[in-house]
Amino acid sequence: MMYPLLRVEDLTIGFPAATVVHEVSFEVFPGETMALVGESGCGKSITAFALMRLLPPGARILRGEVMFDGINLVTAAPRTLRDVRGRTLSLILQEPMTSLNPVLPIGMQIAEVMRRHEGIGKAAARRRSVELLELVGVTDAQRRYDDFPHHFSGGMRQRVMIAMAVACNPKLLIADEPTTALDVTIQAQVLDLLDSLRRQLGMAVLLITHDLGVVAQWADRVTVMYAGRVVEQAPVRPFFASPRHPYARGLLDASVGHDGEAHYTTRRLNEIPGSVASAAFEHGCPFAPRCPVRIDACRLSSPPLVALVPEHRVACIVTAGTEHVPAVG
Amino acid sequence: MSLLSVDNLHTRYVSRGRTVTAVDGVSLTVAAGETVGLVGESGCGKSTLGKTILRLVDPAEGSIRIAGQEIATLGQRALAPLRRNMQMVFQDPYGSLNPRQTVGTLLETPLKVHGMGSRRERRAQVLDILARVGLPPDAAARYPHEFSGGQRQRIGIARALVLKPQLVICDEPVSALDLSIQAQILNLLVALKRDLGLSYLFISHDLSVVRYFADRVLVMYLGRIVESADHATLWRDPRHPYTRALLSAVPVADPTYPRAPVAMRGEVSSGPATGCRFRTRCPIAIDRCAVEDPMLNDLGGQHRVACHRLE
Amino acid sequence: MPLEGALDRSADAAPPIARPLARGRSGRLLRACVTNPAFLVGLMILLTVVAVALLAPWLYPGDPQDMVAVPAMWPGEDWEHPLGTDSLGRDVAAGLAHGARVSLLVGLSAAAIGLTIGTVVGASAGYFGGVVDNALSRLTEVFQTVPTFLLVIVIVAIVQPAASTIALAIGVAAWPTVARLVRAQFRSLREADFVMAARSLGYSSPRIIAMEVLPNALPPVIVTTSVMVANAILTEAGLSFLAMGDPNLVSWGSMIGDGRSLLRTEWFLTALPGAAIALTVLSLNLVGDGLNDILNPRSGLA
Repeated sequence: MMYPLLRVEDLTIGFPAATVVHEVSFEVFPGETMALVGESGCGKSITAFALMRLLPPGARILRGEVMFDGINLVTAAPRTLRDVRGRTLSLILQEPMTSLNPVLPIGMQIAEVMRRHEGIGKAAARRRSVELLELVGVTDAQRRYDDFPHHFSGGMRQRVMIAMAVACNPKLLIADEPTTALDVTIQAQVLDLLDSLRRQLGMAVLLITHDLGVVAQWADRVTVMYAGRVVEQAPVRPFFASPRHPYARGLLDASVGHDGEAHYTTRRLNEIPGSVASAAFEHGCPFAPRCPVRIDACRLSSPPLVALVPEHRVACIVTAGTEHVPAVG
Repeated sequence: MSLLSVDNLHTRYVSRGRTVTAVDGVSLTVAAGETVGLVGESGCGKSTLGKTILRLVDPAEGSIRIAGQEIATLGQRALAPLRRNMQMVFQDPYGSLNPRQTVGTLLETPLKVHGMGSRRERRAQVLDILARVGLPPDAAARYPHEFSGGQRQRIGIARALVLKPQLVICDEPVSALDLSIQAQILNLLVALKRDLGLSYLFISHDLSVVRYFADRVLVMYLGRIVESADHATLWRDPRHPYTRALLSAVPVADPTYPRAPVAMRGEVSSGPATGCRFRTRCPIAIDRCAVEDPMLNDLGGQHRVACHRLE
Repeated sequence: MPLEGALDRSADAAPPIARPLARGRSGRLLRACVTNPAFLVGLMILLTVVAVALLAPWLYPGDPQDMVAVPAMWPGEDWEHPLGTDSLGRDVAAGLAHGARVSLLVGLSAAAIGLTIGTVVGASAGYFGGVVDNALSRLTEVFQTVPTFLLVIVIVAIVQPAASTIALAIGVAAWPTVARLVRAQFRSLREADFVMAARSLGYSSPRIIAMEVLPNALPPVIVTTSVMVANAILTEAGLSFLAMGDPNLVSWGSMIGDGRSLLRTEWFLTALPGAAIALTVLSLNLVGDGLNDILNPRSGLA
């Protein structure tokens, strides 16, 4: 049994007004791509930022543990945290237009990360930065080292961001919607690049996305979130073959790309009624108001995440009740 | 006769002292009751094309005819009464509704401006259109920020339809919405088309949405239409190398699906000055592509492609 | 947004459409007072000053320029005149109360004049763009290069120094700030989708400017207005201090000017009107900051 590289347990994050992430648990194993998927506002991004202890003003980690590489990041000292960030744990963001410093040449920004964490000299850092730029597919890297971010297109900037993120050979790369701002052809290129780097450098990737197609094509395992809770967790193949949570099922049924032959003249799309804002029950399952298979018991308590088969976990009392649930150890 | 017929349309604007041709000689038609999909990546000019057709942006040359009437050269004053017949649904359900007007005001003002009906009739029409888009009557008294994104898009659709237009240009109407809401809005658009006999020009970057929603599809690249076909043909047999690359890049929500690498280099830029615009990214470009601009060429069955390699 | 979902406690069974999230505009002012004590303090000071100004003719009937007691009496010496008297035996409290009228009146009318000119110029420049924008922007810049206070002095020196002309002068000198702000607002709002939508619906330009753009452009302008009133009060005080104010009226500025010669012995003669100015300006700034939060429709959300 492999030990997880990252183990998140019971992570609960709140603003003064409300709790937005409830008891989220998942693991990321070395070398794998784990996708954290959900719609806007489901808490996936704030969870990812919490792993780095980078939270928006007012937000606090109320409970839980984030074990990464033998360190509990929730309680780690700021100094320890600074050493982890950007070295063994790095982050790329959605917006390649604003996440690079516009007044510094891109090469210098990459070199800076290495000089900060590895204490190497100026010349060595420059050489390594050029190598990295070549690695992520920036042509003519020697010359482009001194270019500023505005000289690059969106896709190229995201490549530069990736070069920066992998500069110190991280063990885990958190990618928050890395291709949402890019065109679909560029998306494929960037995700392919990320995937090949993952294999070359032996790192794990935590991929935050709202796109089920991206999950299916580029992830090994998937964790689905809804309204701040994990509702399903499984390896990608069994998940897409038969998603067990009614929300995950509804999402796949609602996506137009799922059934390649669907056309408006022949088939109406399945919808999930209402929206996330639909009245939720105070204690019950957050999805119950929109759920097609809801029973009375769903109003009573929030369902726990239980394993249907090893590695396939679902938070739904209806699914768990109709299928054989082995005792969870 | 087509409801909308656009011929050799050009739109230019000046950016940092340079003239950019965003729409470069586009011709298209939308028949009554038809849904035409327009796909392309950001910067290809699809949104500008939609806005030019509605005369929100002025064309540089070319012709736009709605139900036979030429509108490309009309002044805004002469155009105003014709606007009843052509409307737009915008992408951003947050930015396209005036935050300081109630939904009732948003929906009633168009009727007032066009002098339609008495006060009471207008109220009745507002309630009717609210019901059609699936909103309760009390929505009229509320402000846009009191609604979720999907509900706001319903309001945007209601505003586009309150004047009872024949042509509706939908500019990325579901791109800003969550997946579970997209299906609701697409189903609504289908139902409205059936009930009201609408024609759509449906602009989107999302191929899977266009595949579901369009009868006929136009693929746009750097201001030009590079391929046009009915929806089944286009997905069964895409011919233009750009269309092929675009289709192969869409991630399929099925991990067992064998994904082919995208056969295209680089990113959309301003494109070369001579010959085919796509040739610098094209995997099958030949010398001729650098000198001669390919024209749309009918392969039979209304399947038209602008590529020298397919002539 | 899951927050509302989590907070919404009413449990109807799966409605086909989510109930609109109740989050009305009413009560926002009240909430702002509770969550923003600085705004509350500012508002209370401002309301006090306004009340004193309004009640001055009843609190201190008669001309505040009349000599009513022994000159240079300290505050508290004689409870008939609680804040003392100045070198000519005028009641300081009466002066402050009547001065509040002048300060507020000049401040408000100057701001109103500046606001009107600035909005018209800024809105035209921003909405129409092109040649109109170029011409109006150059004009604005010309006015901005001249220091406001100097411009006011020059105008007042040319015309008669009366409260009305002073207000006009300050307003004329202050409009470029508003014009620039309104122009920037209009330029960005002109491209907004809801303005596009209004155009696609066939609305006329005046209707779009007045009904669609202006209401959305105003909030930052209203915030600036409170600062403009404060600046106008300061400018008027400065003019009166230089004895260029309305000679027939007592204002806080002229009181400071008159008290200057006795600064070493009877310092309260300058300190009291000075404090009045400082408090009023401070309260206007606090109210402006508070308005900024209240008028932002997305404020108050977690």
